Amino acid sequence: MIEFIKQPWPWYVAGPLLGLIVPVLLLAGNRAFGISSSLKHICAICIPANIAFFKHDWRKETWNLFFVAGIVVGGFTAARFLNGQHPVNINPQTAILLKQEGVRDFNGLLPKDIFSFQQLFTLRGFIFMIVGGFMVGFGTRYAGGCTSGHSIMGIASLQWPSLVATCCFMIGGFVMTWFILPYIIQL
Amino acid sequence: MRNIKYLVLGTVFGIILVKSEVISWFRIQEMFRLQAFHMYGIIGSAIVVAMVSILIIRRFQIKTISGNDITIPTKEFNWGNVYGGLIFGLGWAITGACPGPLFAQIGSGFLVITVTLLSAIAGTWVYGLLRDKLHH
Repeated sequence: MIEFIKQPWPWYVAGPLLGLIVPVLLLAGNRAFGISSSLKHICAICIPANIAFFKHDWRKETWNLFFVAGIVVGGFTAARFLNGQHPVNINPQTAILLKQEGVRDFNGLLPKDIFSFQQLFTLRGFIFMIVGGFMVGFGTRYAGGCTSGHSIMGIASLQWPSLVATCCFMIGGFVMTWFILPYIIQL
Repeated sequence: MRNIKYLVLGTVFGIILVKSEVISWFRIQEMFRLQAFHMYGIIGSAIVVAMVSILIIRRFQIKTISGNDITIPTKEFNWGNVYGGLIFGLGWAITGACPGPLFAQIGSGFLVITVTLLSAIAGTWVYGLLRDKLHH
């Protein structure tokens, strides 16, 4: 059993388990699955700056902050005790393309030649970590949710605006990956 | 400490994200290059399981463990779904992480992603600041 857990989990195990988080949250306390709201609550707690958008009652949503704190703990647990750090067995075609574009480190979940503290002070690292992060935070809030709140929770509860949002997530991702990212990697 | 159960659930969620490699930048690249089924399988099967669960909860009017009604907030369409969605998509392909995986990446030892998370918080804040000026 523990040996099985230590292998990378296939999609047909991980996907249904992720899906079950939705009913479990509903049953546990009528909580709608969603992660990006936590960023809004953090803004409201730390830097409200008298902005109307951050005057919501975050105290009613503290469960969300406990949930994301749990994600950090889970990330640590998996990496430390469940063999969570290893080369990712990606499609060789993808690896070849990425090598051609200039990615060098394939030894972990993220390429360390792009995501590291040293790289933060290069133009490429700045775009990957700071500009990218900003777009994720700005975009998810503007869209009213992220992959969890829209793509999983929203579509599963048959809400068409979430389907629209998800299609836009994918379009944005395709445009970046196919037309812009190759140039950024080469910086 | 009624919130402890959410900490535990978050932990389970984080473990799944790491063990299924959803938090891997490489997996997101594969997905957007249409060179693997992995991510589509995960998101697709998660949606199906969540959808069937919600149908069952609604059909049998199941209540929470403390006996309260279960209500799912409705999402009204606004143009932010489109503009914001596109911006998030562009960012997702760069960072290789949506908000959930950012937290899991930090936990799994990529401490530099704390900077990405802070930047995402800054992005959320700037949205709040500019909200009235943006088209919705």
